[in-house]
Amino acid sequence: MLAELGIITTAVALLLAWYAVLASVWGAQSGSERWVYSARNAALLTWPLLTTACAAMIISQVNGDFHIEYVWATTERSSDLFFKLTALWGGQAGSLLFWSWVLSTFSGAALLWNWRSERRLMPYVIAFTMGTLGFFLILNVIIENPFTRLWQYPNGQVETALFQPAGAMPAIPRDGRGLNPLLRHPGMVFHPPTLYLGYVGMVIPWAFAMAALASGELSTHWIRATRRWILVAWLFLSLGLILGGRWAYDVLGWGGYWGWDPVENAALLPWLTGTAFLHSVMIQEKRGMLKVWNMALIILTFLLVILGTFSTRSGIVSSVHSFAQSPIGPPMFAFLAISALLSIGLWLYRWQRGELAAEHHLESWLSRESLFILNNLLFVAITVAVFWGSYAPIFTELFTGEKITLGPPYFNSVTAPLFAALYVLMGIAPLSAWGRTSTKRLGSAMLIPLLLTAALVILLVVFGMRNWMAILAYALVGFAGFVTLYEIWRGVKARAQRESWLVAAYRLFGRNRRRYGGYVIHLGVVVIGLGVIGSTIFQQETQRTLAEGEALTLGRYTMVYDQLTRAVAADGRVMTIAEVEVYDGNQLVATLRPRQDFFPNTEGMNTMTIAGSYSTLESDFYVLLVAWEEISQAGATFKVYLNPLVNLVWWGGIILIVGIMVAAWPEPDRLRAVREMSTVGSGTTSLRV
Amino acid sequence: MAQTTTSWEKTGGTTAAVQTGRNGRFLIGGVLILVAIAFLIGYGTLNNAQYFITVDELLTRPELVGKTVRVSGAVIGDTISYEASTLTIRFTIVHIPAQTDNLALTLHEAVNNPAASRLNVVVENEPMPDLLQNEAQAILTGRLGEDGVFYADELLLKCPTRYEEALPEQVQEASAN
Repeated sequence: MLAELGIITTAVALLLAWYAVLASVWGAQSGSERWVYSARNAALLTWPLLTTACAAMIISQVNGDFHIEYVWATTERSSDLFFKLTALWGGQAGSLLFWSWVLSTFSGAALLWNWRSERRLMPYVIAFTMGTLGFFLILNVIIENPFTRLWQYPNGQVETALFQPAGAMPAIPRDGRGLNPLLRHPGMVFHPPTLYLGYVGMVIPWAFAMAALASGELSTHWIRATRRWILVAWLFLSLGLILGGRWAYDVLGWGGYWGWDPVENAALLPWLTGTAFLHSVMIQEKRGMLKVWNMALIILTFLLVILGTFSTRSGIVSSVHSFAQSPIGPPMFAFLAISALLSIGLWLYRWQRGELAAEHHLESWLSRESLFILNNLLFVAITVAVFWGSYAPIFTELFTGEKITLGPPYFNSVTAPLFAALYVLMGIAPLSAWGRTSTKRLGSAMLIPLLLTAALVILLVVFGMRNWMAILAYALVGFAGFVTLYEIWRGVKARAQRESWLVAAYRLFGRNRRRYGGYVIHLGVVVIGLGVIGSTIFQQETQRTLAEGEALTLGRYTMVYDQLTRAVAADGRVMTIAEVEVYDGNQLVATLRPRQDFFPNTEGMNTMTIAGSYSTLESDFYVLLVAWEEISQAGATFKVYLNPLVNLVWWGGIILIVGIMVAAWPEPDRLRAVREMSTVGSGTTSLRV
Repeated sequence: MAQTTTSWEKTGGTTAAVQTGRNGRFLIGGVLILVAIAFLIGYGTLNNAQYFITVDELLTRPELVGKTVRVSGAVIGDTISYEASTLTIRFTIVHIPAQTDNLALTLHEAVNNPAASRLNVVVENEPMPDLLQNEAQAILTGRLGEDGVFYADELLLKCPTRYEEALPEQVQEASAN
C-alpha cells in the first residue's frame, strides 16, 4: 500500500534527520570521525526515503487513490495527467512534503559537493540542515501528514485519520474534488517549485554560515562554499518571482504583474537581503571587511524565508493567495523563534570575542567598498520598508489596538526613490576602484555613458515625452545600462586586439564569469526597469460594453467585437469566449479570445478570467471579458489595457537568469585546484573544535 | 586637526587619530542616510495609512464618515448585482469580528445572523471579480458616504478554508478492503 509506504518513509526520515543532528554535534564535540560519518550517512539517507514518499504520493494521485484525503482534495479523474503530476504541491500537506524533499536534496548535494573542501564545517552543516529538515518533517509526519486517509463509520460519518480507527471502514470517494481551478495553469507547474527551490536553497548558505560560527572556522572557507549555493538559491528565487508575476499577469485578470500583496512580499524580502549579501560578500573576499554584517545578512535571509513560510501559511496576513489557515502556525512560530535565538546568539558570541573583526577600514567615500556599503544600506532599507508595509497591521494592532494597513501607494512611494538610487549606484560602482577612486578618474570613465544618457533624454523629448518623472526614471535606468554595456565593450575591445571579436567576447566571459555574469545580471535588471517604468507610468485602460460589430479604440489599436461562443472543455469547465479583432490602423493584426471559465462542479472559487493579449515588444494590448448578455448575446463588456514595454519585464528576467548561470557556472581550473587541494588536505586534517 | 591629518598622511602611516576622524565622517554620512530613509518610510506611512476596521466600528464612529478606511465583512450572495455597462458592483456585507480562529465558520455564521449589522457597498469601474460570492470575505478600501453606503476603490476577496477542509459528501459504499 502506497499510503503506508509514504507514512513509514517520512517517519523514518524524521528519525534519521534528528539522529544526524545529534550524531554530528556529538562527533564534532568529541572529535570522533565515526559519528560524523554516521551522521552524514543518515543525512544522505533522508533523500531516497523522501523521494520514495513523494513518488508514493504522485503515483497515488495519478492512479486516483481517493482514499488518501490529499489525493481526493487535489485531483479528480478528469484532470490532465500534467496536473495530477504537479498536484503534489497543490495543497498544504503535499507542498510541505515537497519542501522537505527539496531541502533533503540540497543538503545531500552540499554534503557530497563540499565534503572534502570544507571538512571542518561539515559536522555543523549537517546539524543545521538536518535540524531544519527535522522540524519540517515533524510538521509532515505529526501535524499535516499528506498520507492521512478517509474512514467511514457505520452511521455514515466520515473522518480523517492516519490509521484505521476502531469500527470504521476505509472510505473511498467516487471522484476527487480536483485542484482549485485558479491553480490549473501551466504556471502551476513551474512557479511553486522554483519558488520553493529558491526558498529552501537559502537554508544551505545559512547552514554554512552557522557552521562557521559554531566551529570558529571563520576564514574564507564558508564564504567560498556559500557563494555558489546562494547563487543557486538566488537563481531559483528570481525565477520564481518572475514566473509568479507572469502567472498573475495571465490569469488573475487585473492587468498587472506585481501587487505588493503580502505573499508576494514574503518572497521578495529574502531576495532583497540575498541580493545585498551577493554584493557585500565581495568586499569580505577582497578586503576582509564587513564580516559581522555578512553574517547578519545571511541569518536575516534565512529568518525571512522561515517568516515568509510561516506568515503565508498561518493566515496572519490578508492576501489574495488564500492559503488555508492551518495548525502549523504555532509550531512554525516556535521554530522561527528558536532559530532566531540560536543564530543571533552564536553571531553575538563570535562578534564579542572579536573573531569577526575587519582587516581593513574604509578609506574614502569614493571607493568600491563604500559604494557597495551604500548599495547594502539601500537594499536593507527596501527590505525594512517592505517588511513594515506587509506587517504593519499586526504591529499597529499590537501597540495601538487599531489595525492600520498600507496599500500599494505606500510601497510605490517609498521604494521608488530607493530603487532609483540603486540604479545610480549600479552605474557608478562598477567604474570605481577598491580602496579609493579620484573624482577625475571616475568622471572620465563615466563620460561616454553620460553622453549616451543625454542622447537618450533628447530622443525621448523629441519623440514627445513630456512626463518629467518618466524621463528622469528612464535616464537613471538608461545610465546604468550604458555603463554596463560600455564596460563589457571595453573588456572585449582590450582582448580583440589579439583575437576576433567573438572569440574575445567568449573568452572574456569565460575567464571572468563572476564579473561579466554580474554585468549580464545588471543588464537584465536594467531591461526589467525599463519595462516597469513603461508599464507603470504609461499604462492606459478603458472599459466599454460593445454590441456585435461595435468597436473601441485605445492608443493606436482598435478592437472590434465579433461574437460570443460557448464551449465545454474536457475537464468540465464551461468556457465563455469572446472573439475580438484587433486593428493597428486599418491593418488586422490579431484575433483574440479573452474568456471566462466556469467550473460547475467546484464549490468556492469556481470562475477564472483569462485575458487575451496581442503582444509586441512595444506593448501588450490586453483584453478582459468582464460580462455578457446571456440571452441576446448582443452585448459584451470588456476591460482593455494598453501596457507599454511590459514584455521587457519578461525579457529582462530571461537576461537576468542567463547572467546568474554565467556567474554560477563552476570554473574548470579553479574547480580542479580546489579538488586537488582538498584531497591533499583531507589526509592530514583532523577534526578539532 | 585637518592639518595634522594631512601631515600624518604624508608620512604614509594610518594612525588611530586619522582613523577616528575618518570613521566620524563615515558615521555622520551613514546617520544622514539612515535619517533620510527613516523619513521616507515614516512619511510614506503617514500618507498612506488606512484604519482596518470592522463594520460595527465603521457604523458606530461617525468621525470616520468620508475618511479612507479599510473594512472587512462577509459577502451575502443574494445581494450581489452587477451593472455591466457601467462596471458597477453592488452588494451587502455583514459584520464579522476582527479576530477569528475559523474564518469559514465565522463567515457562514455572520451571513446567517439576521441581527448582525450590514453595510451596502458600491464598487465602480471594476470588472466582476471571480471570487465575489456568498460567504466570501470582502476587504474593502474606500469611504463611507453620508448616505450610509460604502464607496470602495479597492476590493480584495478571500474564500477561505471551506475549500481546504471540507470532507467528501458522497462516499462510495464502504468496502472491507
